[in-house]
Amino acid sequence: MLDIRELHAGVGGNEILRGISLSVRAGEVHAIMGPNGSGKSTLARVIAGHHDYEVTSGEVLFEGQDLLELEPEERAWAGIFMAFQYPIEIPGVNNTYFLKAALNAQRKARGENELDAMEFMSLIRSRIKELDMDPALLNRPVNEGFSGGEKKRNEILQMAVLSPKLAILDETDSGLDIDALRVVASGVNALRSPERATIVVTHYQRLLDYIVPDFVHVLADGRILRSGDKTLALELEDKGYGWIDEEAPTPAGARR
Amino acid sequence: MSAMPRGQAVRTRPGRVTHYRRLYDDGASGRAHEPAWLHALREEGMDAFEEQGFPLPRDEEWRFTPIGPIAEGLFTTPSEASVDVWEPLARQQALPGATQVVVANGVIRTTGKSTAGLTVARLRELPADLAPMVSEALGKLTARGSALASLNTALMADALVIVVDRGVQVDAPVHVLYIGAADRTPAVHSTRALVLAQPMSSVTVIETYIGQEGAAYWTNGVTEVGVGDGAAVEHYRLQQEPRTAYHLGQTAVRMGRDSRYTSHVVQTGASLGRHDLSAALLGPGAECTLNGLCVANDRQLIDNHTTIDHAVPHCESHETYKSILADRARGVFNGKVFVREDAQKTNAKQSNQTLLLSEAAQIDTKPQLEIFADDVRCTHGATVGQLDAESLFYLRSRGIKQEDARAVLVHAFATDILDRMGIAEIRSRIDADLLVSLPTPSAPFTG
Repeated sequence: MLDIRELHAGVGGNEILRGISLSVRAGEVHAIMGPNGSGKSTLARVIAGHHDYEVTSGEVLFEGQDLLELEPEERAWAGIFMAFQYPIEIPGVNNTYFLKAALNAQRKARGENELDAMEFMSLIRSRIKELDMDPALLNRPVNEGFSGGEKKRNEILQMAVLSPKLAILDETDSGLDIDALRVVASGVNALRSPERATIVVTHYQRLLDYIVPDFVHVLADGRILRSGDKTLALELEDKGYGWIDEEAPTPAGARR
Repeated sequence: MSAMPRGQAVRTRPGRVTHYRRLYDDGASGRAHEPAWLHALREEGMDAFEEQGFPLPRDEEWRFTPIGPIAEGLFTTPSEASVDVWEPLARQQALPGATQVVVANGVIRTTGKSTAGLTVARLRELPADLAPMVSEALGKLTARGSALASLNTALMADALVIVVDRGVQVDAPVHVLYIGAADRTPAVHSTRALVLAQPMSSVTVIETYIGQEGAAYWTNGVTEVGVGDGAAVEHYRLQQEPRTAYHLGQTAVRMGRDSRYTSHVVQTGASLGRHDLSAALLGPGAECTLNGLCVANDRQLIDNHTTIDHAVPHCESHETYKSILADRARGVFNGKVFVREDAQKTNAKQSNQTLLLSEAAQIDTKPQLEIFADDVRCTHGATVGQLDAESLFYLRSRGIKQEDARAVLVHAFATDILDRMGIAEIRSRIDADLLVSLPTPSAPFTG
């Protein structure tokens, strides 16, 4: 589904990603872990098409299509969704309208029928129930005045409504209490299917108790130093990131 | 209040001023039956304009708003607008439930029906019992010393008089529609209205300025509003003139004890649109709310000058003006708040926010607080910004196209001003007007 080959990217001439290679197949959940500054959020944002980052070499293919050629909205239409580490507050834009506009923009772009207000509301009501969100948040401006937990839930709600092929969670677990973490995890797990894939970017192993990954990659200094199964995350939890640096890197993208 | 400083030298080329003296003299026969007080007022106005001439860029109040094309143009007395022109526009603009008044080329064509406690009348046909009150107010509420107001007083064909009797709550808004029709040569439309809300009364007045597509004219409009003790006036002023027109308007408000005045100023039209609003809070407990929204593109210039004069204690003013400027448009905002020595316990808030949608668009914004009392709460702030790149990315990352995402954010910027407009029909019309000036989003995003 997603093939990243020797990706180099950075901001303003500073290289942050120094040759990332990663393959994600449909049905898989990959966790990307690493210390602060390792480049894991950069990787997420480069895949989503954030304007700050410049890709200097390498390629990113999504279902065989050159992702780097696409505008952010075109990536969304293709089925990519990134849950933001810091969701943006947009005063003056109603949360429900935003969701509806986003969903219908994607459906339209894919040649599907747009949902009318009734269809949309019944969809969103069922999703908001599953996520245990306060329905009042739907009528507020997007993320404005939301607590940290509410913002992250709102990201998961968007994901649940848009049901992407590839979901990337950029440190969605940071700052969440255990209840919110469970909600986020159940939202992600509900989307798990043989057709979909998830990349979970996280600093902590904790989330991976709830979203069990098929693969774990450890990023440091813009490179994947190690790849393994879920036990790698536990090992990291035990020994800390320092342990990784002392070990020789496994070949990038290698699976165990 | 916002008196334009008098100049030292010759203000305008004398020929231009003489031209308007000639127009005034030519109209003498039409004014033959006017009462002495009105004649005196007009004479005084003509003399004042002749002495001052047009404001020049060296006047502090006009520094950013050159009105050369107006001052140099020899605008004529308008001819009568054809019914075929104004009637369809009036029908199209009709607001459900409102009393419609039509003023075409400065001439009052229909006044709608007066209802119990509400008089909507032509100054020329003023009921005798209102004459003393009107003669006392007309020309007295406005900023004295304003050359353009003086010219309006001299040249106005008529004035619209709206009087709400004491204690009367008028439910149906009064919608005054000023229509500019094309003329053989560009004319000056001296529109004039006087609104007097007697004590404990309430009324909503909507003034809409529109015109025939492609019509070239200059609106020189003056509206005076008296808000009596305990009275409430909600005032919409929607400037939507065609781009071929110039618009210079003034609103002068005097507020009594415990009165409320709420203004919604929207400017989207005219190649050069300026509105000067001055509110004098003259009785304790008065509350003045000024909301403004300007949308300009192309090479439009939109100017808002406001003056809030806190003359007595325990009054409040809340002012929020927003501008959205695209292309090479220019905006000017000058907000004066005076808090006089006696005006203790004043609470005054002012905010001016501008969204620039292009590199070439620009705003000159100047909050100007002059506070002479010591126990007051006064705040002001001005922000100028562009569309937030992170917000745009957020919307786009969810699949919303770039141009739609931009429109969503522009709309969001204007939303709080729109939300303050109590009349849903006006809100949605202004909304639609925004969409015309800006990229259209594919779905509604209000809320």
